[in-house]
Amino acid sequence: MAERSSEGRIVFDGVSKTFTTQKKVATAALRDVRLEIEPGTIFGVIGYSGAGKSTLIRMVNGIERPTSGRVLVDGIDVGALRGAKLRTAQKRTGMIFQQFNLLDTVRVRDNVAMPLRLDGVGVAAARARAEEVLDFVGLGAKAGSFAGELSGGQKQRVGIARALVRNPRILLSDEATSALDPTTTAQIIQLLRDINAEYGTTILVVTHEMDVIKDLASEVAVMADGAIVEQGSVLDTFLHPRSPITRDFVTTVVPQGLPDRVVDHLGGDGLWRLLLVDDEVTQPLVSDLITRFGVEVNLLHADMTEIQDHTVGQMIVKVTGPAAQVLEARAYLQERVVHVEEVQA
Amino acid sequence: MSGDKWTLITPEMFFKALGETLQMLGVSLVLGSILGVLIGATLALTRAGGVLENKPISLGLAVVVNLIRSLPFIILLVAILPFTRLIAGTSIGVWAAIVPLTVMIAPYIGRLVENSLLEVPRGVVEAARAMGASPWQIFWRFMLPEARGSLILAVTIASVGLLDATAMAGTVGAGGIGDLAISYGYQRYDTFAMILTVITLIVLVQGIQLLGTVIARRFRRR
Repeated sequence: MAERSSEGRIVFDGVSKTFTTQKKVATAALRDVRLEIEPGTIFGVIGYSGAGKSTLIRMVNGIERPTSGRVLVDGIDVGALRGAKLRTAQKRTGMIFQQFNLLDTVRVRDNVAMPLRLDGVGVAAARARAEEVLDFVGLGAKAGSFAGELSGGQKQRVGIARALVRNPRILLSDEATSALDPTTTAQIIQLLRDINAEYGTTILVVTHEMDVIKDLASEVAVMADGAIVEQGSVLDTFLHPRSPITRDFVTTVVPQGLPDRVVDHLGGDGLWRLLLVDDEVTQPLVSDLITRFGVEVNLLHADMTEIQDHTVGQMIVKVTGPAAQVLEARAYLQERVVHVEEVQA
Repeated sequence: MSGDKWTLITPEMFFKALGETLQMLGVSLVLGSILGVLIGATLALTRAGGVLENKPISLGLAVVVNLIRSLPFIILLVAILPFTRLIAGTSIGVWAAIVPLTVMIAPYIGRLVENSLLEVPRGVVEAARAMGASPWQIFWRFMLPEARGSLILAVTIASVGLLDATAMAGTVGAGGIGDLAISYGYQRYDTFAMILTVITLIVLVQGIQLLGTVIARRFRRR
């Protein structure tokens, strides 16, 4: 687990942002966002395009300013800073991007050394530090290459090295894996987890991919139309999604329910979806139901996934038999698994 | 070709004219490029959404640039004669041509430089801002290096346009290859002079273009 540092806390205190277009039409990008991100956590923000998550993440390093409210980074109101003071604050965070945003005209080591060069560090010292960070991200051998010669995953590693070169307490990830294939995405996610574990860096991740949240974040906020609609631990959110949009996102990782045709056909009582966590998944539930309650159990679907070092299983069963027995079976299940619900079409 | 029958021009005349053309081209290109980069950078940085957004400067400069660029060079040449006399101390000769050539080419290069700088991906500028780069650092360490291949091509295009304009410099007695073509090839029906100057101009343009393309390719890493 990450060693806790006292630095790297991000607080959104009633943040709103309104953009005014050239035709004087005001659109709200953020509405009264309140979030507290503890130092050393990996915090995910998920939402569809246009939900305001990019605006949100850009406020942490002052690229965007709130129209009202405050964004506090270790107690400093970033939105109120200007000029040199803002630039000093920006140096406490690192940011990585979907399109990597590397310079094509300088070598990898100079891309990574750039933030230090901006700070006035000499070429030799900056390059030495850059190569150290490149080794950490597993790209030491590519220090002398140009970005154009690298694969997408390698480019993102360079981006990460550049973001880390100043030892920031906060790393901002703006859809950093959205342009990468699944295998490369998994590698980048592992690297980000390693960074968090090794340095206790707070990582704020903005994405539209629930898989990324599942594998990377410990806390999640779901955004829609500039507002946070749901927030909580990732495991809890997967087990008990409250809003429809969160359900939609959870469904992309844990497919819920059955084809409508099957539900219509089986309909009525006894069609249940069970969620099981950790040891619960090893119980012989189906045979228990059959032997103890004399009901028929038809197993329609079962799957399992890892969320935040927890095993999460899902089963959909159709239980038939005398009404009393079915009720007893349900009570039995409710004692033994984390969640039981009726499947509706 | 000492010129009693088939041509009026001498090798000395030709090389003198070539020298004048190259001098006008070289000096006004260097001066115009310096001014042009300043103009282009100012336009790119102060425009709406730029890192030094400034509406009055951006608009004012754009008006001046468009104003100069809307004048045909021959008109500009005579219209700014008093200014030329002030700067060059004379209104005749090569230096009197260099002033209007520079005034003509600087806004042109400025627009090309602006375009080159705007071609730098927004993401690169955003990354620069995210790492706390000052506006000057964003320009000097991010935009300029990323745009350099495109900038070389812009200067190449400008050079060819400049060579075109030097042909009119004869109007203020600056000589040059173009003047040779007009006063001998055209006005004195010297066909040899005409062919020679045309070939020289073609070779010059091809040479400039080739040089520019080669340098730009070396600078471009994509």
